[in-house]
Amino acid sequence: MRYAYYPGCSLDATARPYAESVKAVAAALGMELVEIDDWNCCGATAYMSVNEVLSFCLSARNLSQAARTSGTLVTPCSACFTNLRKTEVYLVEFPEMKQKVDTALAEANMRYDGGVVTKHLLQAVVEDLGLEKIRPLVKRPLTGLRVAPYYGCQIARPYGIEDDSDNPTMLDELLGALGATPIYYPMKTVCCGGSLMGTREEVALRLCRNLLLCAEQDGADCIAVTCPLCQINLDAYQISINKNYGTDFHFPIVYFTQLMGLAFGLKIVELGLQRCIVPATDVVSRFAEVNS
Amino acid sequence: MKAVQQTVLYEQAMDPRFLDEIYGIPGGEKIKDCIQCGTCSGSCPVSWAMEETPRQVFAMIRAGMREQVLDTLTIWTCASCYQCAHRCPQQIKITDIMYILKRMAIREKRQRSKQARALSEKFVEIVSKYGRNHETLLMIKFMLTANPLGALWAAPIGFKLVSHGRFPLGGSRVRDIDGLGRIMVKAQELGGE
Repeated sequence: MRYAYYPGCSLDATARPYAESVKAVAAALGMELVEIDDWNCCGATAYMSVNEVLSFCLSARNLSQAARTSGTLVTPCSACFTNLRKTEVYLVEFPEMKQKVDTALAEANMRYDGGVVTKHLLQAVVEDLGLEKIRPLVKRPLTGLRVAPYYGCQIARPYGIEDDSDNPTMLDELLGALGATPIYYPMKTVCCGGSLMGTREEVALRLCRNLLLCAEQDGADCIAVTCPLCQINLDAYQISINKNYGTDFHFPIVYFTQLMGLAFGLKIVELGLQRCIVPATDVVSRFAEVNS
Repeated sequence: MKAVQQTVLYEQAMDPRFLDEIYGIPGGEKIKDCIQCGTCSGSCPVSWAMEETPRQVFAMIRAGMREQVLDTLTIWTCASCYQCAHRCPQQIKITDIMYILKRMAIREKRQRSKQARALSEKFVEIVSKYGRNHETLLMIKFMLTANPLGALWAAPIGFKLVSHGRFPLGGSRVRDIDGLGRIMVKAQELGGE
């Protein structure tokens, strides 16, 4: 299937391993991800705090660009996903907002009148492709790998995926299809703190500490994530958490696409697994040659 | 004679229009349906770090405590996780209302959190220039503005990211930056800034 692909800004930088694994896995799945021409930043949470019309315009411009490629837009970032979906809802619910967005987009001879369905990559993989098509691709089942399925917050909320918001199971099912064991993870949709890691670090560190503690109590080998911000907060800041709380966590924080690629028999470097700050190689070397 | 200190708020100090002000903004239309049940505060993962809990903020809005609401750190502690909005039995867009309050506070230059202000200012500065966020640049600019000493604390994390190829210098930019710029100027104007 052909998708308009919106990577978002993080995939150029801190989430580079996400970008690498998405590309490798999409190729294996036969998903055609066509990057949206000349896409712009989704505005993250910063623009919504400054000016809502501007925030909706940023996403509307991306949707307008996406419409030229495909009727379905797919993004691997939960924050971009939420902004795109929220824009879609507000443009329909509030005609006066739509009018303002139309006026602003007209400044660059652009227009967006709906028609693009936005999906998170996890959704596109599980819903569009389906587990039945994924199972035959599994060459190295992740047998015995205990994974905490961490959905993060925004993906499971009002502007999110169509799944049980309190207990989504999409990622659990996918991990199961890969041969891994999704553990009981009651904090699967609790927030990691997001950008509070910059503005109120002590608050975000505590949220992340709780997420790691929960994974430890339920015997996880690693945590699978669906969002660049969750990954960086739990991975890069694990050192700070250990320092602050006297803990000794060493959980690899892997993107769900990295685990898919691993099960498909792809190499560690193709999936960017060597870029995890908390080394993932010990945990994943059972399933792939480390130096390959 | 001992000076008498005022410990209660008089009605004259309240702004009775505050509730209607929020009610009239897209996203705020259900604010009057709040039943003060506290599901928002109970669901919020960061209410323990707030000055007032979300439920209290809604009571304050109804009471017309405009100044106190726009000055509370609570709105800058919201992580936008939407758990409150998801669970609210009255379907109030609580997270979106937090954004409304943030915007009001910014426009009135009464933003209490220096960090939150620095982060959004630097973010907007970078995206206005390139059309995309450059995370490395944002992190550096933000640290230097908000917390130069904290930069030392964060440096080991920065080095780790660099050595793992996740903290590039520079980044991609929007080709039609002029067109995007025109959209942004117009949107800012229409958005009341």
